[in-house]
Amino acid sequence: MSTDALALPRTELASRPIVARLHDWVTTVDHKRLGILYIIYALVFLLIAGIEATVIRIQLIRPHNDFVSPPVFNRMFTMHGTTMIFFVVMPVLFGFANYLIPLMIGARDMAFPRLNAFSFWMTTFGGLLLYFSLVGANGLYGAGNAPDVGWFAYAPLTSRTFSVGHSTDFWTLALLVSGFGSIGTAINIVATVLCMRCPGMTLAKMPLFAWLNLVMAGLVILAVSPLTAAQIMLLIDRYLGGHFFDTQAGGSAVIWMHFFWIFGHPEVYVLVLPAFAFVSEIIPVFSRKPIFGYSVMVGATVAIGFISMSVWAHHMFTVGMGANVNTFFVLSTMAIAVPTGIKIFNWLATMWGGKIEFKTPMLFCIAFLFQFLAAGLTGVMLSVAPFTWHLGNSYFVVAHFHYVIVGGILFALFGAFYYWFPKMSGKMYSETLGRLHFWLFFIGFHLTFDFMHIPGLLGMPRRIYTYEPGRGWDTWNFIVTIGVFFQAAGILVFLGNLLWSYFRGKAAGSDPWDAWTLEWSTNSPPPAYNFASIPVIKSRRPLWDLKHPADPDWKYE
Amino acid sequence: MRSRGSSNWLVLLSQVVVWICGAAAAFADTSPTLSPTNIFAPASTPAKSIFELSLFVLAVTGAIFLVVFTLLLYSVVKFRKRENDDGREPPQVYGSNQVELAWTIIPILIVVALFMATARVIAIVQKTTPSGNAIAVTAIGHQFWWEYRYPDLGVVTANELHVPVSNPVHPTPTFIKLLSADTDHSFWVPRLGGKTDLIPNHPNTMWIDPQETGVYLGQCAQYCGTQHAKMLLRVYVHSKDEFDRWIRQQRQPAFVNDAVSQGQRIFETTACINCHTVSGTVANGRFGPDLTHLMSRDTIAAGAAPNTPENLRLWIRNPNTIKPGSLMPAMELNEQELDALTAYLETLR
Repeated sequence: MSTDALALPRTELASRPIVARLHDWVTTVDHKRLGILYIIYALVFLLIAGIEATVIRIQLIRPHNDFVSPPVFNRMFTMHGTTMIFFVVMPVLFGFANYLIPLMIGARDMAFPRLNAFSFWMTTFGGLLLYFSLVGANGLYGAGNAPDVGWFAYAPLTSRTFSVGHSTDFWTLALLVSGFGSIGTAINIVATVLCMRCPGMTLAKMPLFAWLNLVMAGLVILAVSPLTAAQIMLLIDRYLGGHFFDTQAGGSAVIWMHFFWIFGHPEVYVLVLPAFAFVSEIIPVFSRKPIFGYSVMVGATVAIGFISMSVWAHHMFTVGMGANVNTFFVLSTMAIAVPTGIKIFNWLATMWGGKIEFKTPMLFCIAFLFQFLAAGLTGVMLSVAPFTWHLGNSYFVVAHFHYVIVGGILFALFGAFYYWFPKMSGKMYSETLGRLHFWLFFIGFHLTFDFMHIPGLLGMPRRIYTYEPGRGWDTWNFIVTIGVFFQAAGILVFLGNLLWSYFRGKAAGSDPWDAWTLEWSTNSPPPAYNFASIPVIKSRRPLWDLKHPADPDWKYE
Repeated sequence: MRSRGSSNWLVLLSQVVVWICGAAAAFADTSPTLSPTNIFAPASTPAKSIFELSLFVLAVTGAIFLVVFTLLLYSVVKFRKRENDDGREPPQVYGSNQVELAWTIIPILIVVALFMATARVIAIVQKTTPSGNAIAVTAIGHQFWWEYRYPDLGVVTANELHVPVSNPVHPTPTFIKLLSADTDHSFWVPRLGGKTDLIPNHPNTMWIDPQETGVYLGQCAQYCGTQHAKMLLRVYVHSKDEFDRWIRQQRQPAFVNDAVSQGQRIFETTACINCHTVSGTVANGRFGPDLTHLMSRDTIAAGAAPNTPENLRLWIRNPNTIKPGSLMPAMELNEQELDALTAYLETLR
């Protein structure tokens, strides 16, 4: 399996006309190409949603600022939230799952390649539909606008009384359509993991990456379905005279909240489990040790999957649910901290006694550990319902979930980008630019999101386009906004690194990290058929066995 | 390699410093001087119960953070690959059931303790029922202002809630019934209590018993539309006598003054009366704030501007200059009509 094997077909590809090559990409059913399409798609939306975040923060840099008008500000936070969740983080995670799962379990493709392509294009269509609202939301003939109901779109603000025009319809349809894509991909992941493993790979010998994505996919199926149902009910309310959420006609605004959050909270774990998956692969390799407590990690993952289905109403501690219901959701929410804590301890124990190499992917994973620890602990604070009567809907909550999504998920994702970039492109990234990216983003992240907790404690609610001076919020908001520019610079360095390395990087070879899972046994980038012959494995670290024939893993597992 | 090791020290140290600074800034000063809406400066029983619970939670989570943070820091520094590394793989350790059991049971015990403390405060705040001396208020959220009705006292007002001070010996708490006329809102005056949402077709209740007189600030905490940001809350806590005086004054019908009859005629012959009430006159609209005692209020437009003649005039001319997206239309009056109308409103004391 030398790199020469690939040289010939690649020259052939390069000589084909660009239209033919683009056609290949559009009609592809190859899991690796679809994975890369998902990732590029997500990066484009990351830039868009990042610009929206920057607009929000510039507006809030000082009290009574008038950088944008109130309606524009409201559209910005709605689009930022919706885009980041549905069209950045979910697609990018699906992209990595798509690319890596078949390679890690020794399969030639996903279980349903055509469903895979269908799912990707549905997601794409959903994203385009959301942004088409910018030109079409008032009807095709008029000036457009964007949805402005917030990313959880509480009823009855979404009713035709309060949301005239079509911006809410674009929001609803975009989520409905991309939801079908998500469910398709989830079914595909479940089927692939359960049915496509190579000989010898029992469930107990799968890489943790596959386990975590399996649970993630199960959660997607369970969580996205109620959201889809709710979107259909909303459409019925808006266009067919339904009254599900029509409070003027006996409908219930609270029912929407239940529907949304029974999606919304498992969704958090849909996003964070793949981040755990990246970390669970990267930390062992750069600590030179196997993951500590594999079976406990699997158990904790499954436990998180189950418990995450019973915590949704902690988003609703302020809606007047009654003392007993509140108490139940306090307990279930606190319970989820236990398996999550176990995971952090196991990663820590994996590093313990190892030889840690601080390459860029590992830097991001170490920062992930510290930041996710802090995010988890603010999560415990928020599980305390009375505390959340203050903190809910304040900037403290905004800081908390950005700590989870940026400090946790995005940092792990950057680690994954650097770790698997050599595999996907065949080229090595620039370590210098990688470190620069890490430091810029690390400083920016902490300036923004550490200090964002404080105005929340001082009474600043979220989603306000401006605020009064004299509330003690000014300085904190100023610092928070400054941090955004560091993060933006970090992102630009990151994209520059990807592009520069793709065209100018050194050849990476098939196994640059001296790693242990199957994707590193094939070429970089892998050929269309992935493996020349289907591998047969005997342990969780097949490449360790290959490299240490005298001391193989399967003797101990 | 050495420089890499020290750069990682830097990462972690900077994080510690940032966290400690943030925590110190937020918690060093629990008086309202830091912010009039500081949740750590409670002045009412629900806010105090939450405050005490939050200190316990912060202590527990802070301790966990320090312990795990130290362990992480130690392992990152101690187990970094050294300059003189022999190139051999470290001992391969696969796990340990004893250790796993320990770090499962300890978190469970912590969760049980936190849960019990939380359940107690939920019961204190949510299971309290009105006593004989309680004041009943109905707060109705509107896009983008607050309506307050005192059903037992026959008073209707807007945007500035007046309640009596309470003390532990003779408590005079205020029980607030929360309704919404349109979309979701949330009532949050941090020094008096946690927030509770106002949801249409879903009545909620909350209570406060402020222990010190003064003005307490807050604002709508559930996104309710374009002007969510300028739906501010002001709660005036009075001594018993002052509160009674305020109630007596609010129960008077509107002050009639012939000197401003031109302004009154403009008010009563334009769309103003569709939305506003001035008791004792033909104006009995309910979409907008009751104006019977407009001049007894310190602010207009739900706290968005001080209640001065200039602001009032500006507001009537075009509400969007003060609060873009407000549902009150610009009244398209000429200068003279504006002067007359403003003069009339200024007599509504």
